[in-house]
Amino acid sequence: MKLLVILVIALAIIAIVQLSKVYEFTRALRKSKEEEISPADNKLQANLMLVWMFVFFIGTIWLYIRYGHYLPEPASEHGKDVDWLMSLNLWMITVMFFIMNSMLFIVSWKFYYRKDRKARFFAHDNRLEMIWTLIPGITMAFIIVFGLITWNKITGPASADAITVELYSKQFDWTARYPGDNGEFGASSYNLISSDNALGIITKDKIASKIEEIDAEIEKVKASLEENKKLATMPESYVETLQDKIYRLERHKQRILDLGESKLPSGKSNWETGGDDRIAKGEIHLPVGKEIEFIFRSQDVIHSAYMPHFRAQMNTVPGLPTRFKMTPTITTKEMREKLGDDEFNYVLLCNKICGAAHFNMQIDVVVESPEDYEAWLKKQKTFIAQETAPAASPATADTTATPAAGAPIAAATN
Amino acid sequence: MSTEHTHDHGHGNGHDHGHHHHEESWVSKYVFSQDHKMISKQFLITAIFMGVIAVMLSIFFRLQLGWPGEKFGMLNFFLGDKWAPDGLLEKNAYLAMVTIHGTIMVFFVLTGGLSGTFANLLIPLQVGARDMASGFLNMLSYWAFALSSVIMVASLFVEGGAASGGWTIYPPLSALPQAMPGSGTGMTLWLISMVFFIASSLLGGLNYIVTIINLRTKGMSMTRLPLTVWALLVTAILGVLSFPVLVSCAVLLLMDRSFGTAFYLSDIFIQGEALDVTGGSPILFQHLFWFLGHPEVYIVLLPALGISSEIIATNARKPIFGYKAMVGSILAIGFLSFIVWGHHMYVTGMNPFLGSVFVFTTLLIAIPSAVKAFNYITTLYQGNIRFTPGMLFSIGLVSTFVTGGLTGIILADSALDVNVHDTYFVVAHFHIVMGMSAIFGMLGGVYHWFPKMFGKMMNTKLGYAHFWITLVCGYGVFFPMHFVGLAGAPRRYYDYSEFEFLQWVMDLNPIISVFAIVGGAAQLLFIFNFFHSIYYGQPATQNPWGSNTLEWTTPVKHIHGNWPGAIPEVHRWAYDYSNPEHDDDFVPQVVPLKPGEHGH
Repeated sequence: MKLLVILVIALAIIAIVQLSKVYEFTRALRKSKEEEISPADNKLQANLMLVWMFVFFIGTIWLYIRYGHYLPEPASEHGKDVDWLMSLNLWMITVMFFIMNSMLFIVSWKFYYRKDRKARFFAHDNRLEMIWTLIPGITMAFIIVFGLITWNKITGPASADAITVELYSKQFDWTARYPGDNGEFGASSYNLISSDNALGIITKDKIASKIEEIDAEIEKVKASLEENKKLATMPESYVETLQDKIYRLERHKQRILDLGESKLPSGKSNWETGGDDRIAKGEIHLPVGKEIEFIFRSQDVIHSAYMPHFRAQMNTVPGLPTRFKMTPTITTKEMREKLGDDEFNYVLLCNKICGAAHFNMQIDVVVESPEDYEAWLKKQKTFIAQETAPAASPATADTTATPAAGAPIAAATN
Repeated sequence: MSTEHTHDHGHGNGHDHGHHHHEESWVSKYVFSQDHKMISKQFLITAIFMGVIAVMLSIFFRLQLGWPGEKFGMLNFFLGDKWAPDGLLEKNAYLAMVTIHGTIMVFFVLTGGLSGTFANLLIPLQVGARDMASGFLNMLSYWAFALSSVIMVASLFVEGGAASGGWTIYPPLSALPQAMPGSGTGMTLWLISMVFFIASSLLGGLNYIVTIINLRTKGMSMTRLPLTVWALLVTAILGVLSFPVLVSCAVLLLMDRSFGTAFYLSDIFIQGEALDVTGGSPILFQHLFWFLGHPEVYIVLLPALGISSEIIATNARKPIFGYKAMVGSILAIGFLSFIVWGHHMYVTGMNPFLGSVFVFTTLLIAIPSAVKAFNYITTLYQGNIRFTPGMLFSIGLVSTFVTGGLTGIILADSALDVNVHDTYFVVAHFHIVMGMSAIFGMLGGVYHWFPKMFGKMMNTKLGYAHFWITLVCGYGVFFPMHFVGLAGAPRRYYDYSEFEFLQWVMDLNPIISVFAIVGGAAQLLFIFNFFHSIYYGQPATQNPWGSNTLEWTTPVKHIHGNWPGAIPEVHRWAYDYSNPEHDDDFVPQVVPLKPGEHGH
């Protein structure tokens, strides 16, 4: 393969050099003017139009046959609608593609210049123009209507018994959170993120310990400033940096003090329900046949949760939770059987450029029976339990391998 | 700068410029020129230079994509040990290449290069004006463009590398130097470069509009304007209305980066620190950016469509079919382009209802676009087609405009966009319309107006070879990408080997890369032909293509003020080709109507 490539490139370069030489020769030999296209040249170009048309069409058909079945059948309910709509659209544009391109190339081929002929003076025709304004217009109307019907289905509100799953993204991994036994998520804030609280879940304890931590930090910096006042060894700019640090720490503290508590539908405070939230890394599990409502959050930059097998995608935006609902219809096991591939896994990948390891920011998605799902969920540590034993999750091997020399980012937050 | 030759360009008809034989210094003639023809050449040559850089960058990252993990001595040679140690492209360098390739192509080649070259060359010549309304602003426009080009290229060499967040520079990634190395100095330079670029665009755009509205020669009514001028007029209006929004967008981003504001930032924890930013919205940036960004697509495309209208009519020896419909569709596309920006944002969490509105407006654009495509084909039908290289590129433009436009229907449909958003399907779509259609328009324009610009002819045979290799390779690169994207491959990935489900379609990648390399190399044919012909090309005649428009009534040798005597008067539209009432198969606009002839 590589040899072939090198060969092709070498040939291309040789061809270019040769052509340049031919150019010099023809220049000397030719008496005709550049703007006078000889009948032979004109005929040749017209024929090439036709040849190209066939090459182009055969190539296109080959691509359709070989790569046209782009993804396995959709593994979600709305995915079927999407695929149906996609097929409709693809068929339509493919037909138009062939019609328009063949018209163009055949016309170009047929009406090449002949001296004894004059072109037809045909400047406009209202009826024709009306036809090709109306036909696309009507077609577009159909496409818009069908498209919006599907769009409304996809984006409509989730049903009341949908299972909510929060997906939290950061450079360069995903964390899933499932509401605990009480069925409600605890509130979260980026101000509380720390090594033992990667999602920034709010509990009274966490607030207290974070404020304590900040106070200690402030004291430390102040102490070092005091020290300096006596000795005056620090450069002025460093003193300013420290003062700025104190200012930012105090602002941070104030933001935590400003956090608001609110009542959830169950009557509990959203600061009390976070303790039993279950947190999963490395894999997310979903029950088959149940509606899932994803809530997406991001810690640092915009990412995008893309699940091609489910025909699902939504950006994750810092400061702006987003959502997407879907109902998985095919379990991982069934899909493996259908594809005859024991290794197959559904995958969620990042689809918005987010930094050096963007190309490997992924998490496996496992769809299984509701029973298996319940069993798996029970095994996931709750937020409180996790705190007492912050063990390395099985997935870390997946994600820490990727950030390269240029991206010392993941290490800092893990 | 002497003021003596900044004389009354605007005085228009009847003013005799023939006796102005003052000496121009080399600097005022070739460097700080205020002559629109020289400025147009400056734009073109700068754009060619930028284009070469952008093509090279694309070949660098295509090597990585075609043969991931493979080491190429060439990469190490060009990029050095820092960005390509041992010849393996570094991950951040890959993203920087992708970003700068996109930026240069969209802004510097297809906006500055395409509009700058052809608006400057054609507007005064085709409307019958001595020069642009303001030669001085026009000169400033070029030099702001040159400065921004230099800054953009320089940003490749700074610590941390060039901007790497994609040409759309979405914050927070582009706002936080902690997020990636390219968001440091490289990003600052990117923004500064863009501010100069926009200044250039606005200075140019205002000038184009004023010239077209005010300086048309006698008889040149709006309905007699060649379609190139119509397209350039609408392009300039789009630019003047949308670029200021990009300025504000960029300035707010600069403030977020440097002055601690939080227009686009909120709730961010990065590098172990909870940033002191709340209340901003990254989505706001996208709204502002795409409010420019979508009209920008048509700023790129419309001049190419205008150029091809002119070339196709001239070389098919037929009037352009449906002149009024062509003008109408340019206006409709221009108007609609302002209310479709949200189709870039269906999956950002934008209100789904708003998404529905954008689906509607976006799909409407298909109608004027279809009208244009059909009208081109009907113009060719029963024509007498002369295949000059310019004509070949224009026919290629129609093909790619159709092919690329059709996939836009899928991307405009929000329900379908969900699954192909940000995949190679999008890459395929916009490269076929911008990377092929618009570039073909530009190349076709260069072949067609080269005699006017340099008084020499380009070599036709080399032009043929250039066209066919470029067409085959262009489609060879971008057409298969549709299938890579449909299979679920995201764009801007450094390597796809981590994804089992994509492997079956990845055997297309080496093929694409080979086409890219051959296609890139084929551009050397053009560059050789271009520069060689400037010096050694066959001398051109006054009207080599038998064309109707006014620029071909000026002498081959450029003079300041364009026409030696009075500016000619216009008596008819620009498309009297093969008019049965005349013997010749073309009737220049300056030919008076015969008694009893119905004028247009």
